[in-house]
This record gives sequence, C-alpha cells and structure tokens, in this order.
Amino acid sequence: MTSQLQLEDLTTESQPLTTANQPLEKYKIRTEKLNAWFGNNHVLKDISIGFLSNDVTAIIGPSGCGKSTLIRCLNRMHELVPGARTKGIVLLDEANIYAKGVDPVTVRRRVGMVFQKPNPFPTMSVYDNVAAGLKLNGVRDHAFLDKAVQRSLEQAFLWDEVKTDLDKSGSSLSGGQQQRLCIARALAVEPEIILMDEPCSALDPIATAKIEELIASLKEQYTVGIVTHNMQQAARVSDFTAFLYLGQLIEYGDTTNLFENPREELTERYLTGKFG
Amino acid sequence: MLRNGLSTINLQFITSLPGVPGETIGGIAPAIQGTLLLIGLTCLIGIPAGVLAGIYLAEFGNNEFGSAVRFLNDVLTEFPSIVVGILVSVLLVVATHQYSPVAGAIALSVITLPIVTRTTEESIKTVPNSLRDAAMALGIRRWRTTVSVVLSTARSGIITGVLLSIARISGETAPLILTILGSNFFFSNWNQPIDALPLRIFHDAFQADPFTRQQAWGAALVLIIIVLTLNVGVRLATRGRYSSSRTRM
Repeated sequence: MTSQLQLEDLTTESQPLTTANQPLEKYKIRTEKLNAWFGNNHVLKDISIGFLSNDVTAIIGPSGCGKSTLIRCLNRMHELVPGARTKGIVLLDEANIYAKGVDPVTVRRRVGMVFQKPNPFPTMSVYDNVAAGLKLNGVRDHAFLDKAVQRSLEQAFLWDEVKTDLDKSGSSLSGGQQQRLCIARALAVEPEIILMDEPCSALDPIATAKIEELIASLKEQYTVGIVTHNMQQAARVSDFTAFLYLGQLIEYGDTTNLFENPREELTERYLTGKFG
Repeated sequence: MLRNGLSTINLQFITSLPGVPGETIGGIAPAIQGTLLLIGLTCLIGIPAGVLAGIYLAEFGNNEFGSAVRFLNDVLTEFPSIVVGILVSVLLVVATHQYSPVAGAIALSVITLPIVTRTTEESIKTVPNSLRDAAMALGIRRWRTTVSVVLSTARSGIITGVLLSIARISGETAPLILTILGSNFFFSNWNQPIDALPLRIFHDAFQADPFTRQQAWGAALVLIIIVLTLNVGVRLATRGRYSSSRTRM
C-alpha cells in the first residue's frame, strides 16, 4: 500500500511531544520511546506522548494501530496478557512506573480504566460494584463507603437513576447505565487519571451523548485519555488528539488544529476517510 | 423402590442398630451415620484439594506443569473406583492393620478430586477476561481478584461439580469394602471399621431372610433422600447473593 511506504519517510521527522507545546514536567503522564509487543508482534514503536491534567486527550487511528495497547501500557495492564512485554519508560508525575520495584497494583490505583464493553461484576449489586475497588482493598468503614459510592455515582451522572436500586444487580441496568456504573466504579478509588478504551462503541447515540457530557465534566478533576475509532467523537470531546497508525504516532496536537490543518498527509487522508 | 422403600422406613428403622437375622426389628442407623461422616470427611479433604487444583489450573496452569497435572487428572477420572480402593487399602489399611473412616474418606477423596478439579477449572474458564481486567484495573491484587470476582462469578458451576461428586461418592461401594469394611455398630473410634449405606444395601440384599432383604430397599431410599436433600440444601444456601447485600461480600 502506498500509505505504508510514505509512513517510513514521515515518522523520522515528527516530534510528537513538542506539538502540544508544553514543558515536559507539565504532563501528568507521558511516555518516552515506548515500545510494546504481543509475542513477536511489535505493536507500539517508539511512542513519545504526554497527557495534560484537566484536559481530554483522544487517541484515534484505524483498527489494530495500537491505540488500546498504548493506554493499557499507561497503567501496566498490557503486561497481564500472556506473551506481552514493553520497553521504554512511562512517567507518572515524572516517576517511571516501569522502574524496578514499582508495584503495578499501586499504579493501577492511580490510573483508572474504563473498557470498551460495560463489564460490571455480575454477582454484585450496584452498590458493591461501585464499592468493589475500595472493599477489595480492605476498606470496611461503612460511612466512608456510603459516601464514596454516592459521590462516585453522582460524578458519573448515575446517582439519580439508581439511588433507589442500589441493591439490584449491576447487570440489571441498561447498557449505557452499566457503562456509567463502570465509570463510577473507576472513580470510587479516587484515581488521578481516567483512561477510556472506546467507552461508547457498544452504546446507542443517546447513551453515547451522556458519556460524552460526562467526559467533559470529568476533566475538571482528572486527566482523561480516550481511545476512539469515532473521529467525530474525538473532535467533540477532546482538547488534544493523537493519531496512531501501524503502531507509530503520526501526529499529535491541539484537536482543532489537527482536524482543520493536519500537518501530515497520512493524518489528512485518515480524517477524510481515504483509508482506515 | 419407592413402594418397597417407603413401607420399610419408619423411626425405628432409621434410629436402630441392624437386627439379628431372623428377628423383625433392626435398622440402619450406623450406616446413615457412617455415610454422613464419610461425606463430611471427603468434603474436608477431597473438595478443597479439587477446588484449589482447579483454580490453579485455570488461573496459573498455562505451562508444562499445568498440562502434566491436567493429564494426570484426566487419567485419575478414568480410574475404576475399585482400583482406588485397592490402592488406598494397601497404603493405609494394610500398612496400619486397621480399617478406618479416614481410609474410606481418602479413597472417596481420590474419586472426587478429578471431578471437582475439572469442573472448577472449566467454570473458572467461562468467567470472561473482561471481569478480571476490570478488577485488576481497580488496583485489586491478583489473588483477591481470583477469590472475590472470579470465584464468585464461577460459583454456581463449581457448586454443581461439588454436588455431582458428592452424589457420585455417596453410592460408591467397592472402595469402601476395602477401606471401612462395614460394621453393625456406630462409629466409636478412628481405628475401627464403620458402616455406610451402600455397604449396608450390598450386605442386606444378599440375605436369605426376607425382612433383611426388605431393609435394603429402605436403605437405598434413605441414600437417595440424603443426596437429594444435600443437593437442594446446598443450592438454596448458595443462591445468588448480589441482590441483598451491602455488608456481605
């Protein structure tokens, strides 16, 4: 394919991090030359990208380009897949989360994640789903749990819909509600970063609109990263956008700029639907 | 069996020692006690071992050791129960010169182990990875994820396996002849033979005296009732709990 040939020329000159025009230490989390593999399959190649606090960063690109892997490297979820490995560094508040002696569990408590398909714990009530991260880490104080559950459900715009049904099964909610339940569950452990892996791809347009509204309000308190294959969604919700192709970061910058004046030809061709 | 059994069962039948041949009183109380004791002991030995092995195989057994265990487990499933009886008998009964309830329970545990291991592994494997991911992403430790998320999701499948294996061992006769022998008396000592319902049925059914033969029917019905009651009881006690609790978990 021609696009593949062009890729070789393009990537050497792109300087992804500088495109957001921020001093490095301002990034809540950033990667330096991050590489990732599934077995022999090299899925991320020398990615250097940073996410700013109180901003939404979207990652777009065609299927299989490594979007999900990239965010799964940011909270050390990637390594849970058998045969998966990484190289390079990821700095959370300028401390490498892949350094020796760092417990991945503590990283995951600071960097929460919401998945593509809503995945509430089917054997738990709505309440227990939200409280799970706290309870299973040993929190027993009921007043504290009650507060955390209410706060998280309110932040996820779900409290009013479920406050009388906290004892119902988490799986009895509608798809959109389940996804907001999963967001509440992630918020309950008070992470600093929320990563979302195509959070709306299993939802209808109304549920999607609610999640997008929710993302806009979450950025006031958190650093938000969202993977999406929906370019319009990236344009609507994000402040910065990164375009990934075949495991390489092609372009990264201010969302409006990237969509209106892409610097790279590959980006433009993807945005205009010429491939993908 | 229902007709023959029901006419035999009364309070005296289930609370008395076996009678002397020729008389028309006597019951199967030691056999009931023995069977319950054996089921209880097996639940303490074979079932935890099987559940743990199943968890290991499903969650951590993706290596050569895991495949070896899996293979041995399959071989064990196909072991005839009398062979298990002979094995345990040689290792325990002959070595210690004593028939004992523990030897019986160990033989039964060897029979339950592969069934419980296999069903536990299979039910854990049906738990979607997305739930493990969700738990791990919350910063929950791996063992806690396994215990509180994976096991609780796989619970009903594991319980089915356990109940199946209990039903299976409740009726096992051959390995018990070689390990607990059978007895006309209640359990008195860990070194003495005890009775069990399958042995009692086997024994009574071959007697010349019609009263004793009749008792075999009663014993068979009692055995079925015990298995059924356990089944229903365990199912009721472990029914899905998500709907109630904010305190339990």
